[in-house]
Amino acid sequence: MIPELGHFALILALTIAIVQAAFPLAGSLVGNRQWMAMARPLAYGQFTFLLIAFACLVQAFLTDDFSVLYVAQHSNSLLPEIYKVSAVWGGHEGSLLLWVLFMAAWGGLVALLSKDLPATVMARVISVQGMIAIGFLLFTLLTSSPFERLFPVPADGRDLNPLLQDPGLAIHPPMLYMGYVGFSVAFSFAIAALIGGRLDAAWARWSRPWTTAAWVFLTIGIALGSWWAYYELGWGGWWFWDPVENASLLPWLVGTALMHSLAVTEKRGAFKSWTVLLAIFAFSLSLLGTFLVRSGVLTSVHAFATDPERGLFILIFLCIVIGGSLALYAWRAPEVSEGGRFDLLSRESALLGNNLLFVAFTVLVLFGTLAPLIYEAFDWGKISVGFPWFNKMFLALAPFLALLVGFGAATRWKHDEPMRLVKLLWVAFALSIAVLAITSLPTFSGGHLWVPIGLALSAWLLFSHIAIVRERLKNKQGWRTVVADMRGSGRSFYGMVVAHVGVAVFAVGVTMVSNFEGEKDVRMSPGDSHELAGYRFEFLGAQKAPGPNYQADRGHFIVYKGDRKVTELFPEKRAYLAGGMPMTEAAIDAGLFRDIYVSLGEAVGGGDWALRLYYKPYVRWIWLGSIFMALGGILALTDPRYRTARVRASAPAGSAVGARA
Amino acid sequence: MSRSIRALIPLFLFAGLVALLVFGLGNDPRKVPSPLVGKPVPDFSLPELTDPSRSVSDEDLKGKISLVNVWASWCNSCRAEHQALMALSEIPDFQIVGLNWKDESRDALTVLRMTGNPYDMNGYDPDNTVGIHWGVYGAPETFVVDRKGIIRYKHIGPIDKQVWEETLEPLVAQLKAE
Repeated sequence: MIPELGHFALILALTIAIVQAAFPLAGSLVGNRQWMAMARPLAYGQFTFLLIAFACLVQAFLTDDFSVLYVAQHSNSLLPEIYKVSAVWGGHEGSLLLWVLFMAAWGGLVALLSKDLPATVMARVISVQGMIAIGFLLFTLLTSSPFERLFPVPADGRDLNPLLQDPGLAIHPPMLYMGYVGFSVAFSFAIAALIGGRLDAAWARWSRPWTTAAWVFLTIGIALGSWWAYYELGWGGWWFWDPVENASLLPWLVGTALMHSLAVTEKRGAFKSWTVLLAIFAFSLSLLGTFLVRSGVLTSVHAFATDPERGLFILIFLCIVIGGSLALYAWRAPEVSEGGRFDLLSRESALLGNNLLFVAFTVLVLFGTLAPLIYEAFDWGKISVGFPWFNKMFLALAPFLALLVGFGAATRWKHDEPMRLVKLLWVAFALSIAVLAITSLPTFSGGHLWVPIGLALSAWLLFSHIAIVRERLKNKQGWRTVVADMRGSGRSFYGMVVAHVGVAVFAVGVTMVSNFEGEKDVRMSPGDSHELAGYRFEFLGAQKAPGPNYQADRGHFIVYKGDRKVTELFPEKRAYLAGGMPMTEAAIDAGLFRDIYVSLGEAVGGGDWALRLYYKPYVRWIWLGSIFMALGGILALTDPRYRTARVRASAPAGSAVGARA
Repeated sequence: MSRSIRALIPLFLFAGLVALLVFGLGNDPRKVPSPLVGKPVPDFSLPELTDPSRSVSDEDLKGKISLVNVWASWCNSCRAEHQALMALSEIPDFQIVGLNWKDESRDALTVLRMTGNPYDMNGYDPDNTVGIHWGVYGAPETFVVDRKGIIRYKHIGPIDKQVWEETLEPLVAQLKAE
């Protein structure tokens, strides 16, 4: 009964979405205030019914209702309670429901929080959200309903993929989806602005906090995914350039460009049509990611059970949404005025550079991801698009970006003096050169070329931002003003600083772990010891250890540095009772400056095991840097000036489009 | 270039992308058979991965049913597939021949040491010299070759329990009966 209620709630949500797509927009075009006023209640209703549908599915999982096909496929009566909840988004149908639920949540939040938004803009934004929701709800109901029944009812379910039975992965998809879907808000604002023909500073100001919020979620989601891959796959890597990882990276890259470009549009009224285009692209790439993951066009470990019918549906949907919005863009953009002029040496130029680099990244990752398709289509010879290709491309661009970030954050809008910049930044530059020189010494760099480059660039990011903060404080009344700044509109400035320092932290992590990591494959008998990077790993043997829904072999290790005992580690190899492949559960002793990591391979007889030992210096800094970036975003987001948006926005800094507005 | 034409560029680029995706969907790699299906395996000879003094060639694929599995240590999906191959290697009806593709032998050997070696033999093809004649465009891919050395089926993507039970196992049984 309850699954049918869920199904019914989904259908109601669809009907609401149809009304939501039509009436507020129509009202905004003909000037009917009552139709426009429907936007808010419709957005709340949409969210309510999806929440009901989602709750019904959660209930089916918690009560082990295996008469529901989706539950039978992704759960098992032995599955721990918490994973029964996360199993809801462990497969295609449920994760799609989570996606539309979040979509409605963002729409509801816009309705709730943007009280100052003009009624016409609100109506259009909510209508565009409704149009996207129609597509996804139709997709869910027609091809992928999670409420389908199964008869005869099986005695037990097939169990959740063991890889997904992990706390990190329980929260990774929700974060990621919040990010993906969050870009729909920026998209809807962009489309609303294009429909109205008004692409001004007010539009950029309204979109900014939403874009930043989505970006924060996506940053956390991607970092969680990387952290999960690191400890769960037992392979010691933190990024694999897998098509699905790339699918999450693409909107992040464009989203990052969009955040920076929105700053220019808001403050200087420049880059207007470019910013709109980025807003369209950020969400389009989220949709493309969905298509790639769920259509079976590319293969990946993450890929959902694929079905060409679903692929075709999403492709048609993509064409309508992206093609439609780009056509709207092609129609409206030529009328947009050019906006404020700026000199070569100005923050606008630096942000333009940022945008070009991020777009270049995006194009490269997109090309690399689609390369198997491209060279199949054109019958070109061999193109290697494995891991090494992506790394090479990344390394080719990253140093320019790091250099630019330091300069860009220091420059002024519109026009800057070279001498002012030199005076401001020469100490930071000299210190970075010193870091370059010191880390170039063979005793430190170990002959790795990228060690001094990576560390000097990180130093440059850090020192240049210290200089920038110092200058800001000098012009006011010293360090005490930080507190005042944080209460007032200085938060977005510090948000930028924290996020950029996060990039430096991230860069240190990547540099150190890529160049100094150590790994050893060994066969060990109980009682054996092995040395790695100054640590001695003693193997005491492996024993059977039962888990709630698996049987494990659990190894026991003691790690020594010299004579000092550092830690004990218990890596596991698990065989899940519901069948499927055995899983490696690595044991990690985490630290700020190094991780020690042991993963069990195969039992090779006589109590001997094939093992992998890792030493991962500074690997935590990769995720620490990501946390900094997300914190920076949150700081900027809470800047009070977004809450007084209407007052300021009524004085337009940019110019509206002429006659059609 | 006039502004209105410039504003159309994104739409044109997107149209190109859609064409590619339609192609990808129509040419679903899992559905459409490789042009090599029904043809004899291409002639080749490669050094054996674990023992480069030996070689693996098309001759090794005759007289026995073979699963030719294209893999690489950098390939994420291959790792997912590896355990399934380990289970299959226990079945005596066929041999599993690896084509270690665009890989470093050091990394590949590490994988085999670490997670077990399901392969009866492994051709080492770091430069895609043989893979290209087999029409390999990504890893993992698996070819089913009959006793006469004719390619009978190509599976793209990792082999899991479902793929094995629904597709490959019946095919192997059929080849065994021939």
